[in-house]
Amino acid sequence: MLRLDQQTYDAIVAHARRDHPDEACGVVAGPAGSDRPTRFVPMLNAAMSPTFYEFEPTELLQLYKEMETRDEEPVVIYHSHTATEAYPSRTDIALAQEPGAHYVLVSTRDGGHDGDESLELRSFRIVAGEVTEEKVTVVRE
Amino acid sequence: MAVEVKVPTILRTHTGGEKAVSGAGGTLGEVLDDVDSRHSGIRDRVVDGEGLRRFVNVYVNDEDVRFTGGLSTTVSDGDTVVILPAVAGG
Repeated sequence: MLRLDQQTYDAIVAHARRDHPDEACGVVAGPAGSDRPTRFVPMLNAAMSPTFYEFEPTELLQLYKEMETRDEEPVVIYHSHTATEAYPSRTDIALAQEPGAHYVLVSTRDGGHDGDESLELRSFRIVAGEVTEEKVTVVRE
Repeated sequence: MAVEVKVPTILRTHTGGEKAVSGAGGTLGEVLDDVDSRHSGIRDRVVDGEGLRRFVNVYVNDEDVRFTGGLSTTVSDGDTVVILPAVAGG
């Protein structure tokens, strides 16, 4: 199960809406070993594409150095699908390289800019090509 | 010559869980060969044929080696090599 606080949930959804029709991506870091996503870090999608995302390599290095200094992990790795459901694509599965992370997907296929509609947000574990969906619980902090 | 090589979580199965290992060599390619001699299999996770894998990033002293000569990038005593898998998908 993934527990997200309301503020983080809203921040992920807002980022996905903002970057629609391109895919948005980022992480929510948290203390190593805690499984608590506490620090929202939106990333630049270097691909700037409606069908692909990739963290910009220089920003990626900065992020990992920062997490090391703070003794954090990427608890959540999120990205949006802008024309399909919030379920890992074959590419997502093939490229998933953080077995400890919760992979969160948001779908903006119903349009990114209508702030009133709730968006589909789901969470998965992706380990060695195996996808397992898990429940998302949003908590008010 | 000793170079520190930082290993990402997904490759630590090759290093017995170590986050960083020591390597030697005058180029990135030589350092990876040297590290692979003690941590078998790690080179193949980073290198595909004669080049770096598309979805693995390698940095020498914070510089992305794609812009500094790839496997031919010069490394010196005290340098730090960081291996980071791309965070990417479709």
